[in-house]
Amino acid sequence: MRFTNYLVSRIVTYFVVIFVSMTFVFLIPRFSPIDPVAALIGRLTAQGNYMDATALEAMQKSLKETFGLEGSVLEQYANFWKRILLGGDFGPSYAMFPTSVNKLIRESLPWTIWLLSLTTVISWFLGNIIGAITGFKKDRWYSKVLENIAMIIRPIPYYIVALTLILLLSYIFPIFPMSAGGASIGVKPSFNWTFIKDALKTAFLPALSLVIVGFGWWFLSMDALSRDVAEEEFVSFAEIKGLTENEIMFRYVMKNAMLPQITALALSMGTIFNGALITEIMFSYPGIGMLLYRAITSADFNLMMGIITISVFAVATACLVVDILYPFIDPRVRYR
Amino acid sequence: MKSKSKKKKIVVSIWDNKRFVVGFTLLMVFIVLGFIISNFSPYDPRSWGTVPEELPPSLKHPLGTTSLGRDVFWFLAEGIKNSLMIGLVAAIVGGAVGVTVGITAGFSGGVIDRILMAITDTFIAVPSLPILILLAFLFKGRASIMVLGLIISIFSWAWPARQVRAMALSLRERDYISMAFFSGEKPYKILFFEIFPHVIPWTIANFINAILVAIGQEATLAVLGLSALEEATLGTGIYWAMQYQAIFRGLWWWIASPVVAMIILFVSLFLTSKGLQEHLASRRS
Repeated sequence: MRFTNYLVSRIVTYFVVIFVSMTFVFLIPRFSPIDPVAALIGRLTAQGNYMDATALEAMQKSLKETFGLEGSVLEQYANFWKRILLGGDFGPSYAMFPTSVNKLIRESLPWTIWLLSLTTVISWFLGNIIGAITGFKKDRWYSKVLENIAMIIRPIPYYIVALTLILLLSYIFPIFPMSAGGASIGVKPSFNWTFIKDALKTAFLPALSLVIVGFGWWFLSMDALSRDVAEEEFVSFAEIKGLTENEIMFRYVMKNAMLPQITALALSMGTIFNGALITEIMFSYPGIGMLLYRAITSADFNLMMGIITISVFAVATACLVVDILYPFIDPRVRYR
Repeated sequence: MKSKSKKKKIVVSIWDNKRFVVGFTLLMVFIVLGFIISNFSPYDPRSWGTVPEELPPSLKHPLGTTSLGRDVFWFLAEGIKNSLMIGLVAAIVGGAVGVTVGITAGFSGGVIDRILMAITDTFIAVPSLPILILLAFLFKGRASIMVLGLIISIFSWAWPARQVRAMALSLRERDYISMAFFSGEKPYKILFFEIFPHVIPWTIANFINAILVAIGQEATLAVLGLSALEEATLGTGIYWAMQYQAIFRGLWWWIASPVVAMIILFVSLFLTSKGLQEHLASRRS
């Protein structure tokens, strides 16, 4: 039962990842040299919010509860998990009081999920297909040109690509709104044409920068992988058998080179997510990243904890989904 | 004909690798700019109002000045130094931990290996940015260049650990290691004198990559306003330009300088490490 074994080990990993990262989230405010409650109150008052003594005390108490700083460390830890597992309520947002953190996250999460899943799928497939072609036909001129371009794109982080796009489009080709996000303000998501058009326009630039960076990654590793596979004996055998170049390329080389790429996709989910957060901020795209930015700038700790928790779960779940799909593509895991 | 010329040249020099040469040369320019030229700054590049505001590039101010009255060129030079420092700290700490964990896991095997790899895989899969944000948020105001490097290194050891383990697994099977082991050599001596020398060249390539990632992480935190904002780094250069809406106000030199510097720095680091890896791969085969 190889498949069951595989599945069980992946699910165990899933829970370990969530357990370890949430423990981190729990420990960081407690080991930090700064008292988080005092630091937050300092920040809130520094923003010019006047508070009298009783309000301050109430605030302190509620913050202590939010951080779960009451009771022994073990008790705190148990309460921390209880709050996450039972309902996952993160209380009200301080900056946008009294809207609940859950509601804010629920509103912006779909934006991020759409942008992220779409761009990841596009860049992954594009990178893999083109990478397989150039890796197989490594001596053609276009393979060399593409490889050199990808070499330059590959190391550049998302927000730099985003900034470059903004600079290009604001000075040279002013077509798209520089900071999008206009669609979300005051418009309720619905399925009519104007909304879809607005949403597409909002998402175009962030999506483009995510696709460009993602393409650089997947292309380069696929290029290297298919070069290696093209040297294998079964490829020479296929050539001797008289199969066409396209058949060899897609059915022999690409299929085999793609397997490590799937594992890589699962492993880089976290990095992709990080990139999306930053890209959203660059383009004021109304997703989780932008919400996180607002939480940071207004020292809204409840909102921050909520978003961080959701991100940990979302990334871990995305990894799990990709890993579960793996056996359907690799028959060696599926059958004995 | 081709094979003949290949055979003639048995020792392949690293300088034959075009990628490495281009990357390394550019990198040297950055190192000179950051660690030597930045010391000749006529004024503290961090302090506000030392030069007239918002001047476009000229002979006196090669990259213009900012709305804060800082000279973009000197701020950039200082920023390159600090960004490279952050990268170095994170890469040294992360690399040391990664190599130690990887070698320990690969050579002990069994339960220790499984536990160490479970932790490593977790650190690879965890969305590091939210946790870094949480850390940096609580450190804000106190984070120095050193502390930032250390914070970033929390997540920079996991990849190296995984790859070093894979290398250790293959090294473990080599005859000369068993030989040393059976001749009664102490395990730590085998580790330092027999195994480390093999891992080191590869580690250098990875080390450069770690610097690249760390500089990127710092800039990410800076864009969020969570880095050491009073210091000059490439990230804070972008942060201040964004805070003062440099793009929309036409102050392109302010925002473009750190962005372009970063692109060139990243590409040079990447090409250097890629070139090294290719060189090592060609030497092995």
